[in-house]
Amino acid sequence: MEKSVVFNNKLLPYLLLTPQLIITFLFFYWPASQAFWQSFLREDAFGLSSEFIGLENYQALLAQPEYYKAMLTTLIFSTLVAALSLSIALLFATQADRNLKAAPVYKTLMIWPYAVAPAIAGVLWIFMFHPSLGTLARPLRWMGFDWNPLLNGNHAMTLVVMAAVWKQIAYNFLFFLAGLQSIPKSVLEAGAIDGAGPMRRFWTIVFPLLSPTTFFLLVVNIVYVFFDTFGIIDAVTEGGPAGATTTMVYKVYADGRLGGDLGSSAAQSVVLMVIVIALTAIQFRYVERRVQY
Amino acid sequence: MAFRQFGAAAAVALTLALGATPAQAVIEIQWWHAMTGGNNEVVNKLAADFNASQSEYRVIPSYKGSYPDTMNAGIAAFRAGNAPHIIQVFEVGTATMMSATGAIKPVYQLMKDAGEPFDPKNYLPAITGYYSTSKGDMLSFPFNSSSMVMWINKDELKKAGVAEIPKTWPEVFDAAKKLKAAGHTTCGFSNAWATWANIEQFSAWHNLPIGTKANGLDGFDTVLNFNGPLQVRHLQNLINLQKDKTYDYSGRGNASEARFGSGECAIFLTSSGYYGTVKGIAKFDYTSAPMPYYPDAAGAPQNSIIGGASLWVMGGKKPEEYKGIAKFFSFLSDTDRQVYLHEESGYLPITKAAYAKTKADGFYEKNPVLETPLKELTNKEPTENSRGLRFGNMVQMRDIWAEEIEAALAGQKTAQAALDAAVARGNAMLRTFEKTAK
Repeated sequence: MEKSVVFNNKLLPYLLLTPQLIITFLFFYWPASQAFWQSFLREDAFGLSSEFIGLENYQALLAQPEYYKAMLTTLIFSTLVAALSLSIALLFATQADRNLKAAPVYKTLMIWPYAVAPAIAGVLWIFMFHPSLGTLARPLRWMGFDWNPLLNGNHAMTLVVMAAVWKQIAYNFLFFLAGLQSIPKSVLEAGAIDGAGPMRRFWTIVFPLLSPTTFFLLVVNIVYVFFDTFGIIDAVTEGGPAGATTTMVYKVYADGRLGGDLGSSAAQSVVLMVIVIALTAIQFRYVERRVQY
Repeated sequence: MAFRQFGAAAAVALTLALGATPAQAVIEIQWWHAMTGGNNEVVNKLAADFNASQSEYRVIPSYKGSYPDTMNAGIAAFRAGNAPHIIQVFEVGTATMMSATGAIKPVYQLMKDAGEPFDPKNYLPAITGYYSTSKGDMLSFPFNSSSMVMWINKDELKKAGVAEIPKTWPEVFDAAKKLKAAGHTTCGFSNAWATWANIEQFSAWHNLPIGTKANGLDGFDTVLNFNGPLQVRHLQNLINLQKDKTYDYSGRGNASEARFGSGECAIFLTSSGYYGTVKGIAKFDYTSAPMPYYPDAAGAPQNSIIGGASLWVMGGKKPEEYKGIAKFFSFLSDTDRQVYLHEESGYLPITKAAYAKTKADGFYEKNPVLETPLKELTNKEPTENSRGLRFGNMVQMRDIWAEEIEAALAGQKTAQAALDAAVARGNAMLRTFEKTAK
């Protein structure tokens, strides 16, 4: 006789879903709909006057060359951060997934940066790489390398990418390590007996078996670079020099909070939201097909 | 047993404490500010002194983060219906605040309604002009004011063979080249606050407009026009000198002020308020001098403009609360208190009497550094170009101007192209602001 409990109550599943739905509604749908509505308004910072202007905010936005520049910057920044943080974390995780004596210490140290707030991470990197105050920038300059993120856009981009990658490696490392540890040793041993070297074993066995983790991390990392890196950029470069590190989310902040232009800021949030939804949809539709669960 | 005794004692103490509270409630006045370090202590001391001086009102200061953070916190609180009574807003937020009719209570109105004696003529016009209407009605109460000065490392200048403190820009360029030759390879001279120095103060000091309508003081339909020949020439000079670091860019804010304190840059333009920091850290003989000028520019030097912040009173509060705020402002204007604030923090006194008293006490003979900004501000009778400036969205506009300056210094644009773009982008923002400010 099969032992299974069956709930016949039709309401119960909805009841169990309610807390989750309320939270999603309060913290996602409600603010998102507000932003959507705001993007059709022109309002002063204090909210004293408000006027419905249709699509004018969007028109003004799409007429700005700076907006396309921010899109390009976002593309470069997110590709670099996601690719680097994923590959470096994978490298570290494979190194930690061995029978080392100091493995627990190593793992703990690796996880630490995740506990650091993005803005603090940014400040730490500034201490190291500020052109004239930075502890690591001085030797660089002394060696004759003209390190100057205050004026050189590529240097500034390098700096924010390094800070953002450093911060995200910990998170990716944790998941990769867990993924690696769940790969059955017997499969690897079988491969070894058949004469496959470590590299071949990695690419033909480990990497495919790790693909669910990699896919999950890819989605999470894209969301991270699009939204969470804002604190780092604000602390390190304030979007400068000459807009070289102004990503789309930083521009949302700059126009809304610094510029008091809530309408344009809301319009940008809506565009950003559409892009992230589209990206995630594409990932689930096309990338997930190649994932082996 | 011991416990019971303790309990009885506690009960007695509680009764006494409750009995000690005065029958009528103290009127609380919330004051949001952005002052850190030594200046935070000054704010707390002012509030404590005021609270001790009378029993009707209680001023409660709270730190709300950086200048933009504090301003945004105030705006957000207003939208949510619980704004503080007093909020400290930096000078570039002035246009945003004054356009919010209904959200704020102008200071002249406040003083009149409260029946508090108040004569705007007692205040230094170079300072209050920035925060007044074109008719001279004071809108916000100046709190911490400073101006831009040129900080000089006298020891390093001597070592490099620069005998006199440079007065003009060509002299500064020469001195910087000598400093560079004498070992300052990464920085001949520099400045903090990229746009405040090279656009705002530079234009006022040379009696050139930043925008029409008296730099926006006379109306929100102002149009930027700081892309004139002299401003272009100055930026082009900086671009040329940046190439070999005779001039080296130091960013948009004042984080790089440390380049002067550490001795890296021996000539450095920044706020006179830097005094509070530099007096504690400089291991060399330093002084401040007026900003340099181009000697062939007609009428230069004119007068400098102020920076810093003022206190705005928010609208929709109770009359008795406004009375308390008015009393607090009178308290702040007291001559001895202004003298103390000036000598302690390095910020400028706001009343004529306080300036005269500090002078009469001989304070400036010992501390000439503190008089430099005052001499700059009062150098000449202010003109349309040097009374101040008032542009909507100024907080973000500074970032946009800085972006263009950065592009020019990085060699991506000519000086003319960069300033043209800064003007065009700024004007687009001004038109958006004008539509909402009406």
